Amino acid sequence: MLIETPDGLFPRIEQVTMRHEKNHYHIGHLRSLEAESIHIMREVAAEFKRPVMLYSVGKDSSVMVRLAQKAFFPAPVPFPLLHVDTSYKFEEMYAFRDAFTKEAGLNLVVHRNEAALAKKANPYDLGTGACCGFLKTRALLDGLAAGGYDAAFGGARRDEEKSRAKERIFSFRNRDGGWDPKNQRPELWNLYNARVKRGETIRVFPLSNWTEMDVWHYIHLEKIPIVPMYFAAEREVVDMDGHLIPVERFPFPDRLRRKPVRLMCRFRSLGCSPCTGAIRSTATSVPEIIAEMIEVRTSERANRVIDHDGEASMEQKKKDGYF
Amino acid sequence: MSEPKTHSDELTRFLAEEGEKELVRISTAGSVDDGKSTLIGRLLHDTQNIYEDQLHALADESARGSASRQVDWALLTDGLKAEREQGITIDVAYRYFSSHRRKFILADTPGHEQYTRNMATGASTADLAIVLVDARKGLRRQSKRHAFIAALLGIPHMVVAVNKMDLVGYDEAVFERIRDEFSTFATRLGIPDLRFLPISALVGDNVVATSDRMPWYRGEPLLQIMESVFVAGDRNLVDLRLPVQYVNRPHQDFRGYCGQMVSGILRKGSKIEVLPSGKQAHVASITTYDGELDEAAPPMSITVTLDRELDIGRGDMLIHPHNRPTVNRHLEAMMVWMDEMPLDPETRYLVKQTTRTTTALISEVRYRVDVDNLTRQEAAPLQVNEIGRVVLLAQEDLYFDAYHKNRGTGSLILIHPLTHRTVAAGMIIDRQPSDQLPASMDVTRAPISRRPMRQGRVTRDEVARRLDQRPRTLWLTGLVSSGKSEIAYALERKLFERGKLATVLDGGKMRRGLSRELGFGSAGVAENLRRAAETARLFNEAGLIAICSFVSPVAKLREQVSEIVGPDQFSVVHVDATPAHCEARDETGLYRQAREGLVQNLAGWNSPYEAPDEPDVYLDMTQLSIDACVEKILEFLERTQAD
Repeated sequence: MLIETPDGLFPRIEQVTMRHEKNHYHIGHLRSLEAESIHIMREVAAEFKRPVMLYSVGKDSSVMVRLAQKAFFPAPVPFPLLHVDTSYKFEEMYAFRDAFTKEAGLNLVVHRNEAALAKKANPYDLGTGACCGFLKTRALLDGLAAGGYDAAFGGARRDEEKSRAKERIFSFRNRDGGWDPKNQRPELWNLYNARVKRGETIRVFPLSNWTEMDVWHYIHLEKIPIVPMYFAAEREVVDMDGHLIPVERFPFPDRLRRKPVRLMCRFRSLGCSPCTGAIRSTATSVPEIIAEMIEVRTSERANRVIDHDGEASMEQKKKDGYF
Repeated sequence: MSEPKTHSDELTRFLAEEGEKELVRISTAGSVDDGKSTLIGRLLHDTQNIYEDQLHALADESARGSASRQVDWALLTDGLKAEREQGITIDVAYRYFSSHRRKFILADTPGHEQYTRNMATGASTADLAIVLVDARKGLRRQSKRHAFIAALLGIPHMVVAVNKMDLVGYDEAVFERIRDEFSTFATRLGIPDLRFLPISALVGDNVVATSDRMPWYRGEPLLQIMESVFVAGDRNLVDLRLPVQYVNRPHQDFRGYCGQMVSGILRKGSKIEVLPSGKQAHVASITTYDGELDEAAPPMSITVTLDRELDIGRGDMLIHPHNRPTVNRHLEAMMVWMDEMPLDPETRYLVKQTTRTTTALISEVRYRVDVDNLTRQEAAPLQVNEIGRVVLLAQEDLYFDAYHKNRGTGSLILIHPLTHRTVAAGMIIDRQPSDQLPASMDVTRAPISRRPMRQGRVTRDEVARRLDQRPRTLWLTGLVSSGKSEIAYALERKLFERGKLATVLDGGKMRRGLSRELGFGSAGVAENLRRAAETARLFNEAGLIAICSFVSPVAKLREQVSEIVGPDQFSVVHVDATPAHCEARDETGLYRQAREGLVQNLAGWNSPYEAPDEPDVYLDMTQLSIDACVEKILEFLERTQAD
């Protein structure tokens, strides 16, 4: 993250810094990003009939919720949160979700693909691709249709993954929820095109321009509550082909289980428990996580099994309607 | 892994600095050939913004694609599968990286002509443009195109990076030749801050650190320029423009107007004016989640409460009372056309400008720009990726400034009313009084090319025989208050008494309904006449005699009216009176207002009246009474009854 350059190389910058100090209206990048996100959220609230915020319980969702609170203060957040639940999230995530949304007075809607769950859909038997297809993508599309939502906020960031780097902030979805990456609406300045016909929707990404570092830094500054799993603790995990998968109670065949070990670890991003790996870490606070990020040089989704299904797996999922 | 951390001071300092870093948006354009992706890859790599697993994936893919062992940076920047397979960049991709002092958002766009729209998208928010030139090939179309788009979209700072210097032996003469050629070209673009820099992205010369292979270059390396370019000064802190985005009304006691500061400074207690109502109030509070503020600057998103209740909604704008933007339905803009469907002058597009959305017609394309040599081409409907200067007529007033003064209030997009696609982006050009806009009816489809509309089973001749009259249009032209309308209505009565059916069309009738939304500038007048002509034609087709009474001061417009109605059934009556005669009998008050300077374009007074050369009927109002005039017209009608 930090560039190692001898200070002597920057004669001009001193000058610039002095000018900044004189400029009382200097606004740092985090406040710029915050202002942009708030603008996006208000634009959605003003232009759509039934917006909803996709809530994944993760740190980006926590940040999105805080931005929504800021955008509409002193009024409450004027749209519901939708959690598309695969039923395979960690217990700590469910506990956090219920406590967090209750305390913040948010209207939480939970949607599951009950039909698929009744047939015991799981990643071991179906493979991660099909499992995600049923429990995430299908459930998401059904959940959006059930609520009659015409716009859905998502916490995705462009720095996460290379197909996301091309995503618009207002990203058009056809009647099947699909994304056509080659035919996106041009998006200039902050003039967002919110026009849809019945059945078509817009996915809105207010955190598009945030990086992982920005998100953590904002969590730190704003003291935003996040799931404790992001912090290091001693956990029982199984080493699955290099991914440290935590042991939780699942109805999966024993043949897939390996010998669990206990070690200090934390989660860099949160997904379903069978598919989310932990990383070894001793970071127990947000500043420590940030310090670790500066040193640890792997990208954030590296421990998500689903992204590695194929070279373009995220792009394909998004075309099918995934976030 | 890492041992327990003890650098809490260092971390605290880092976090403090990190939060205050300035956000700088950069746009690049170019193809893989120019080495654009290599440059970006090099910047990301050398600033240590590429993660190890991304580097591994990159190495895997590079090995699969080519025999060379060099890392192919384009694989990192070209995100979409189709692009990776075809080796092209087809859309804007955003990259994020940071240095000690700044956070960078880099919009990486394709350089080909067919991706002009993507280039414009990437440039729309950029503070700095990096234009790449291949040292071996010299200044080519693509680099010029990018420079033009960057200038058009108002990017204040531009760096021309002459790349692949390693392949020309780091020759200073090559660099200077390109610099001179580009400078000549760029004088016409008016770029406020233009710099040149020799680099080799592949090897890393002058990218992050100064290269000792080019001692003749005494400037800074690219990253240092990116770090030091002074962008805070580009903000407009003078003209207060706060477009109301959303009205926040949680309960009876709170009514907040939400918006993002476009420009200017808003202070608690200061007096503001609301557009369009013109009502004034004081700022009671600037409310945020983090507490009240005393003042707000761009780009903050804030909520404002006022000291009195005003009717304010989305699309209104808060300004300082003595610093108003232009308020007009008419504007001229440079427009980048972005849709496969070309510009259609008869489509009423949705226009979104600040937080206002209304509809608009493009009433004229003044010229197209040939981006490659910066020349003006004759106007034609803009096609995808073409750029031109257009005249836009909106349904409602817009509140705008010239784009070069204010990107936030000077920009607009057009959305197609049916496909809902974003079809164009516009940069508003300096204010121009609407009465100086062109008086023209180019909006009209050429009447010659029209297929006959009458497809019913009743022929025109049958109608004419039934009514025992020849349907035709009498066009009365003359100054305001010359007596046109009096003659028209007297004539209508006389014809009725003789068993003929006639009807009068005049400004009053048109403006009350059909032309309700039009202005009184030249373009509005032209469009009103076009509509009147089309209406007269329909009346004629229904068998009626149309008596049209319009000032219609411009000969060219009357010719076009004649074309629309059909020259065979069209006759001009010149109602001639001196301005003094008209002023004496004026009941409209227009002459008095013109004397007071309140009316700018009164024909025959302070704007020209082109008298018809050979009118079918000439009426000298200083000599003839109204009845005498009517008689003369009736004589004319009888005389030409059989024609």
